[in-house]
Order: sequence, then structure tokens, then C-alpha cells
Amino acid sequence: MRSWRFKPRHITETIAKFFMLLSFLVVAVSLLSILWTVLSKGLPALSWEMISQTPKGGYYLGKEGGILNAILGSLFLAGGGTLVALVVSLPIALFLETYVMKTRWARYVRLTMDILWGIPSIVYGAFAFTLMLAIGMRASLLGGIIVLALLEIPIMTRAMDEVIRLMPEELSQASLAVGASKLETALKVTVRQMLPGIVTATLLAFGRGIGDAASVLYTAGYTDRIPTSLSSPTASLPLAIFFQLGTPYPEVQQRAYASALILTLIVLIVSLGSRLVSARLGRFINR
Amino acid sequence: MTTGLPSLPLGQRLFPRRKHDSTGSKVLLVLTVIPVLLLLAITLALVIKSIPLLRDHSLGSLLLGTEWKPMKGLFGFLPFINSTIWVTVLALIIAVPPSILTAIYLAEYAGKTLRSVMKPILDLLAAIPSVIYGVWGMVVIVPWVQSRVLPFASRLPEGFPLLKTSNPTGFGILSGSIVLAVMVTPFIIAVTNEVLTAVPQGIRHASLAVGATRFQTITRVLVPSTLPGIFASVVLGFSRALGETMAVLIVVGNVVQMPSSILDAAYPLPALIANNYGEMMSIPQYDSALMGAALILLVMVLILNIASTLILRRLMGRVRRAW
Repeated sequence: MRSWRFKPRHITETIAKFFMLLSFLVVAVSLLSILWTVLSKGLPALSWEMISQTPKGGYYLGKEGGILNAILGSLFLAGGGTLVALVVSLPIALFLETYVMKTRWARYVRLTMDILWGIPSIVYGAFAFTLMLAIGMRASLLGGIIVLALLEIPIMTRAMDEVIRLMPEELSQASLAVGASKLETALKVTVRQMLPGIVTATLLAFGRGIGDAASVLYTAGYTDRIPTSLSSPTASLPLAIFFQLGTPYPEVQQRAYASALILTLIVLIVSLGSRLVSARLGRFINR
Repeated sequence: MTTGLPSLPLGQRLFPRRKHDSTGSKVLLVLTVIPVLLLLAITLALVIKSIPLLRDHSLGSLLLGTEWKPMKGLFGFLPFINSTIWVTVLALIIAVPPSILTAIYLAEYAGKTLRSVMKPILDLLAAIPSVIYGVWGMVVIVPWVQSRVLPFASRLPEGFPLLKTSNPTGFGILSGSIVLAVMVTPFIIAVTNEVLTAVPQGIRHASLAVGATRFQTITRVLVPSTLPGIFASVVLGFSRALGETMAVLIVVGNVVQMPSSILDAAYPLPALIANNYGEMMSIPQYDSALMGAALILLVMVLILNIASTLILRRLMGRVRRAW
């Protein structure tokens, strides 16, 4: 007799499982739909011209050219921003974990990081733009790099903090026990042990930086030329997509799709790269 | 001397290292001040820039005013605040149940293969820039709302005020919310999944061993003990959704009005700032008003953060008592 199968709780189980499977399918389908849309719309519009040329006259009316300015601009902006953020974030994360693990100050700093993490990028953009106005700076590569660095610092610090916290405590204790100072332990043991995590955190922040449009909208500006110095205005891919999407011409909208594909590919490469790097580096550390 | 040891006395040999250590710790301490200063600076700068606006208008007339006519000096933020709340809340209503169910499914029912396939996909989707979600919304969601949802809503009898609209396009709150919902989904799933997989296997076994079904184990053991984590994931998703600019801007319609239905067009705060920054210099007090909008957004995020911290603390207490 298998009458126990029909007890209410088993019916509940079946119903619940059905709903879970259903929501899994809904989520999976909508997420795949995004990737499919970007691929199917972007691929036909993608050409060598798109990625090798800057916009020529009348580009936004559907004439010749490409978005090399935006591709390079985005790489410069996100690369510079990530570098600055790394220089600030790594020491903060190391300090929080080595010197002041559980003090009140460390708690405050972590809380601040959480709050900063939640602040919308448009607010960062507005803040940075106000500052730039106050000191008479114009929309430029430097402005964009600074605002992206500000945006990325909380992301990177939080990620590194998490990673360093996972490190076995015995490792730093062993280092301290043989006479190394805290600084030496942080620089020679912790950093080495956490290298894969640090790389992952950096690439994560780079990905966020390169995809952010709202913060660079008024701080980096937009131009058809490739930036030549820190003070020249700089185009970025997300804004290129946004502007091209906003035009009434179908040819230009096609290019928006192609640009979206390019941006997605860059993010995909960065994401895969971080996996590869951390797997590769992971072999050299002891777990 | 054949040993090669430095001939300095012990104290002096140690000295430079100690000095490095103490200077090092001071430099690092100064660096940790940066984020705290940054938060203060952002708040302060926005407050200072909003002061000219506050001097001429009462706070009440700004926050509760519904007229937005910068040329006439009328700055009522309520349509924008309302739009932000509508879009965000609807997005969460759409996103949270399927995300949490999916996370539970992945953590508790799914096989190893599915899990190992889903994890990189979720990581990638969490990394996809919001403007891409906006493009998807414009290509897929807006036409869908226009050709399917709108005709359906117009055939409905009286009694569904949330679906009554005069907006003839698919650009509106529903489209914005769907795009936002899909955007925060990978995020909520990833965090909830992580929280669930952190629960020791023995606890599940204990519950199953006394005869509970899997679902009973989930609702009575796993969910209560991981509630703070799940709650945190939802709040994080919430604050992402609240401040999202580009993805929403593209599909939400950008009409200044008090929305009364999910099919109406709306104009959230981030879109207001992003759309008007360029021309703000030409109209008096416009820049102050836009900074005020940024300040309102910041305050909303801060309130959300503080409230969630307080609630989280209470939940944590309850969980600890339950164990």
C-alpha cells in the first residue's frame, strides 16, 4: 500500500516542487532571452568597420564609421578607474583584516563601505560633476576615471575583505610566530595567499566600471575622437549604445545592437578571464 | 667574519622593521578614512547644492508638490518620488518570489550538473551592464507590453484600476519593472543560494530523518534559519533597483505625472537627473533642483540601508533564540 503518498504534506511537496521548477524555468528563459536578443540583434549588425573606425560625419544619421572611440574610451576609463580603485582598496582591505579586525573603527569602515556600495551610480556622477564644476574642471577622461574609481572602491574593498576573511587564521599566526611584523605578514603572506581573490575582485570591479553609464554621463562627456590626454573628453560604450538607441534611424539602432554585443563580449571575456586566472593562480597557494 | 650576519646590534637590526610596521599601519589607517570621508563629502556636497532651492521653497512644497515646471520656478518632486517607488516595488514583487524559489530549487533539489552550469551563467548575468538590460527591454519587453498586455487590459471590465491607462505605448512602469526585476534576479538568486548552501548538511539530515518532507525541511528549518541572509539579498537587490538609471530610463516613458496604474508612463528620480543635466545651467535653480533630486535618492537609499540593518538585527536575534 502506498496510501502515504497522498498525505497532505506530500501533496504540498509536489505542488511546491512544481512552483519551484516553474520559477526556475521562468528565470532561465528570461535570462537566456537577454543573451539571445543581444546575439541575434547584434551579430548581423556587427562589422569590422564598427570596431576599427571612429564615427565619420553623419554617422548618427546612418553614414559611415564605427565606434572605436567608444571602445577605446571605455577601456581607458574603466582601466584607469580600476587601477586607482585597486591602489586604494587593497590597502584598506589588508588593514581591516590585519590591524583592526574587530575594532569599532573597522565596523564603521565596513558599514560605510556597505552604504557606499548601495549608493546609485547617478548620485556618484552628480557628486563628481559638482566637484568638477567647483574646481573648474571640464568633462574629461580624468573626471571619468575619478568617478569610476569612487564607484569601484566599495565594490572592490568588500570583495577583497570577504576573500581575506576566508584565509585560514593559522597562516598569519604562523607568520607572526616566526617573528614577522604585521606589515610583513600582510604584504608577503596575505597578499600572496589571496592573489586569486584579489584578481577576481579587481576584474569584477572592472566589469562594473566598464558597464556603468550614469556616472560617466556628465563627468567624461562624449566625443567622436579617441582621447589623447587625461583632459580630453572621452566616449564610452554604454553611452554609445544609449545615444544610438535613442535615434529614430533604424540603421543607427542596428549599430546600438552591435555595440551592445561588443560590450557584452568584453564583459564576458573579463568574467571568463577572472575565472581562468583565479583557477590558474589557485594552484600555487595552499588551501 | 664568515657567517655573513650583519654586525649591527640586535635592537638596531630590528628597528627598521618595527618602524616600517608602525608607519605602515599609520598610512593604512589614513587610507581607511577615505571611504568615510567620501560618504560625508557626497552627502555634504548634495546638501550644500540643494540649499538655494530650499531657501525659496518649503521642504513640504518640494516633497509633496506635484507641479514640475522649472521655467516657472515650480519644483514638485512627488511625481518623481512616486515613480521611483512604483517602479521599484513592482520590480520586487515580480522578482522576489521566483528568485527565492529558484535559489531554493538550485540549492535543495537540483543535481550537480545543473548547479555547475547555472553558477557561471548567473555570475555572467550579474556582470552584464544595465544598459544591455535596457536594450533587451526595448527590443523584447516594450513590444510585448504594447501588443499583448495593453489590448488585454483594455478588454478588462471596470474594477481593475491598476491596469487602466491612457498610455498607448508599451513604455511605462510595467516595462521598467520587468527589466529591473530581471536585472536583480541573478543577484538575489546568487546571494540566497550561497546562504542556503552554507547551512550544514547535518541539519537537513536531522529533519529528514524524523520524517519531514523536503519541503517541510525547507519551510520549517532552512528558511527560518537563513531568513536574515535571504532578507539581506532582497534589500541589496532593492537598493540596486532603486538607483538604476539607464535600463529604466530607456523603457519607462519619462512623462512627468502621478502614476495611477502599472501601465502608465513614469519618470523616476535617476532618469530625471540623467535626462536634464545638460540643460540645467540655462534655468535658474535648475541645477540646485537636480542636486536635490540626487539628495532625495541618496536619503531613500540611506533609509533603506538603516531600516534593513535594524530589521536584520531583530531577525538575527530571533534566529539565535530559535536555535
